[in-house]
Amino acid sequence: MKILVCITHVPDTTSRIAFTENNTKFDSNGIQYIIGPYDDYALARAVELKEETGGSITVLNVGTQETEPTIRKALAIGADEAIRVNAEPVDSFFVAKQIAAVAGEGQYDMILMGRESIDFNGGMVHGMVGELLGIPSLSPVMTLELDGNQATMTREIEGGKETLQLNTPFVAGCQEPIAEWKIPNMRGIMSARTKPLNVIEPAEDGTATKLEKFELPPAKGDVKMIDADNVGELVQLLKNEAKVL
Amino acid sequence: MSTTATEQSKQVPAGTESAIKGGEFLIRESEAKDVFIPEEWSEEQKMIAQTCHDFLEQEIYPRLEEIDSMEHPELMPSLLDKAGELGLLGTSVPERYDGFGMNFNTSMLVAEVLGAGHSFAVAISAHTGIGTLPILYYGNEEQKQKYLPKLATGEYKAAYCLTEPDSGSDANSGKTKAVLTDDGKHYVINGQKMWITNGGFADLFIVFAKIDDDKNLSAFIVEKEFGGITMNEEEKKMGIKGSSTRQIFFNDCKVPAENLLSERGNGFKIAVNILNIGRIKLGVAAIGACKAVTSRAVNYANERKQFGQSISNFGAIKHKIAQMATKTYVSESAHYRAGQNIDDAYDSLLEQGMDPAKARLKSVEEFAIECAILKVHGSEVLDFVTDEGVQIYGGMGYSAEGPMDRAYRDARINRIFEGTNEINRMLSIDMLMKRALKGSLDLMSPAMAVQKELMSIPDFGAEEEEGLFATEKKALRNLKKAGLMVAGAAVQKFMQKLGEEQEILMNLADMLIEGYVAESALLRTEKLAGMKGEENIKPQIDMTRIYLYEAIEKASNAGKQAIYAFAEGDEQRMMLMGLKRFTKLQPYNLKEARRRVADFVISKNEYPF
Ligand SMILES: Cc1cc2nc3c(=O)[nH]c(=O)nc-3n(C[C@H](O)[C@H](O)[C@H](O)COP(=O)(O)OP(=O)(O)OC[C@H]3O[C@@H](n4cnc5c(N)ncnc54)[C@H](O)[C@@H]3O)c2cc1C
Repeated sequence: MKILVCITHVPDTTSRIAFTENNTKFDSNGIQYIIGPYDDYALARAVELKEETGGSITVLNVGTQETEPTIRKALAIGADEAIRVNAEPVDSFFVAKQIAAVAGEGQYDMILMGRESIDFNGGMVHGMVGELLGIPSLSPVMTLELDGNQATMTREIEGGKETLQLNTPFVAGCQEPIAEWKIPNMRGIMSARTKPLNVIEPAEDGTATKLEKFELPPAKGDVKMIDADNVGELVQLLKNEAKVL
Repeated sequence: MSTTATEQSKQVPAGTESAIKGGEFLIRESEAKDVFIPEEWSEEQKMIAQTCHDFLEQEIYPRLEEIDSMEHPELMPSLLDKAGELGLLGTSVPERYDGFGMNFNTSMLVAEVLGAGHSFAVAISAHTGIGTLPILYYGNEEQKQKYLPKLATGEYKAAYCLTEPDSGSDANSGKTKAVLTDDGKHYVINGQKMWITNGGFADLFIVFAKIDDDKNLSAFIVEKEFGGITMNEEEKKMGIKGSSTRQIFFNDCKVPAENLLSERGNGFKIAVNILNIGRIKLGVAAIGACKAVTSRAVNYANERKQFGQSISNFGAIKHKIAQMATKTYVSESAHYRAGQNIDDAYDSLLEQGMDPAKARLKSVEEFAIECAILKVHGSEVLDFVTDEGVQIYGGMGYSAEGPMDRAYRDARINRIFEGTNEINRMLSIDMLMKRALKGSLDLMSPAMAVQKELMSIPDFGAEEEEGLFATEKKALRNLKKAGLMVAGAAVQKFMQKLGEEQEILMNLADMLIEGYVAESALLRTEKLAGMKGEENIKPQIDMTRIYLYEAIEKASNAGKQAIYAFAEGDEQRMMLMGLKRFTKLQPYNLKEARRRVADFVISKNEYPF
């Protein structure tokens, strides 16, 4: 089984977010980066599948050189080799194109990634990759079992779950409880340095969007407490001050 | 390409003539470029630290209550098993015994991060430290092959049995006996041990006992399977309630003769040397706890609102936050500086052809003074930090359901075990004096030079130095002179009887400790300024100055008390004048400096250094 796991390099979930350069650039000063939590689930499941059925895992990241520590962490967790597409991941379409280009060369049985990244939360890449490669894509996948070339997956849908069966190859956007996050062990950490991390140049440029600016969510406003007996005042305020009625 | 943990210790040229000796900091200046600073951790070391963090988050923090309740005795060993699966029990064990052969500073880093793990921290450090290291450093090849792989993976859990009901600080006075059987095949051990960490579930005990009527202890590797071992219920303790602590009885426990560790009569030496390592690791584990507590407290101060604003807006709270961060930063600097010195000494001994286990021991022994200093400083900074943590939390700090209660109670043990802080203070001075007597450390000439300087007219700063910390460096040099002056006079006064003047020894130790840690912070910050530029490390510069200021005041106070105690008349007057000269400080707006530090920490909402 040849598995391609696509990972994002994102700020730790507890980071304090700020912007610089007129709100057009993310302030990465002092920010700790991690493997995207959903991607981490995908990677964890890939490691389990490899333990069950053998095969190999390649991790792929579209990013500049500073993502390499994150990539090596994925190697420490259990991937066998890594590919970094040397480019700023400008938008979902661009990233999907890069993944599709790598996947097209590699004959992977499945392409796993998180259901979405946690920086821009686009949640579109898996669908685009499936489309570009002409193979099925599913998301958010909560379980993934393999029997030869046949995969059984459950997916969250509006108001319930559905169970699907399909043949490899496919693309899956993963989420919990597909597997438990794996903490890299000492052996993995020490072997990560000897595993190949290949850097390749991006396939072709093709951004579909342009960034105008970032905005932080508005600070929470003051709360006015109104006595339960004064419903009239509440209605007045909702009408005249909040202007929602 | 990043360097690996094992390569890293070789970056600093080791074994050159200029390598600093243990205790030498008192009479010799170090250069910033020669110290290791935590900002230099390699990517791999950071990943190891992150694994430890993740392990705490995933396995320990969600179970703190359960661990402390002791309701499931199998819980702690199962957590150690999980740590073993991650390789965290084998960081110091060489690869050929199924460990990872990391350098000393990396094993310190692991100890630091896990140090925030409350009772679990104590269990894992007892297992990997005092439980495993005696075999690693003193075991023969068969003993190592037999036991180290099991200890490194966690198949066997270890405990260390030195203390007895009547033998605590006076560790060589134990009554536990070992008698060789007539056929010479076994030692039969009888006796009682107390306060044994991991006692409840350990499979292997390092037991100290006296063979026949020996004056000195010997050490034995005792498997629980050997039989003849019983124990009391778990001790009820103030803190680290989830750490197993037992009284253990050896009743005709039959130990194969080949399980004698090292040689007959060598036990006390083993105990002391293993404790040396334990001490610096305890210190650094305390720093890990300091960081966790400071982060929590800052976060709480930001969230908690009174008088219509976050309490972190109040100057009194900012003061606390700045102090917590400053002391933590300073102590951390000193720990890894010493850790690297130990690694460098180890590398140089290896190069000289010494056996690795011996080299490891020798290198730690060389820096035993620093280890004792750091045990004291780390544990006392942690008590300060947890105390202020409770205070920042206010009523919630006193609630047994908030996080500060546990942090506060758990911190307290660190001043007691691995040699009480009194014992370690005295040890640090005792070792210094012994080295001076032996001639391995020349304290005499610098002490005489200081006396001479005292007689001369003070120079009023004719040649002003330049650069970051020029004034601070001068102040630090003077601080050391003050220490040498008081120590030198005390030695002259009491000669061999100085040991009986414990109060004075405590004063001297305080001067020594403050000098060492303040200098370490200064060197770290200076090196950091070279790496990142002064503009980008303003809080670190502030912290260094704040601490130096406090260190000098503390040392000045300690020196004064000592001088009052043993000098009179003209001599006293002269020494007090000298002390004043050597601990003179320019006015410095500490309040504003602390505010700047606090504001930075508050903006990061965690301990950020
Ligand atoms: C939770 C816990 C876990 C422990 N784990 C272990 C373990 O795993 N293995 C083990 O072997 N031991 C262990 N110990 C024992 C610990 O190391 C001792 O408690 C410690 O060394 C102090 O000995 P003591 O309790 O007999 O106190 P004492 O020696 O009686 O000391 C009492 C007080 O007198 C002071 N004092 C003693 N002698 C002097 C002196 N010469 N000059 C000045 N002051 C002095 C001490 O500083 C202290 O303040 C543990 C203890 C605790 C509480």
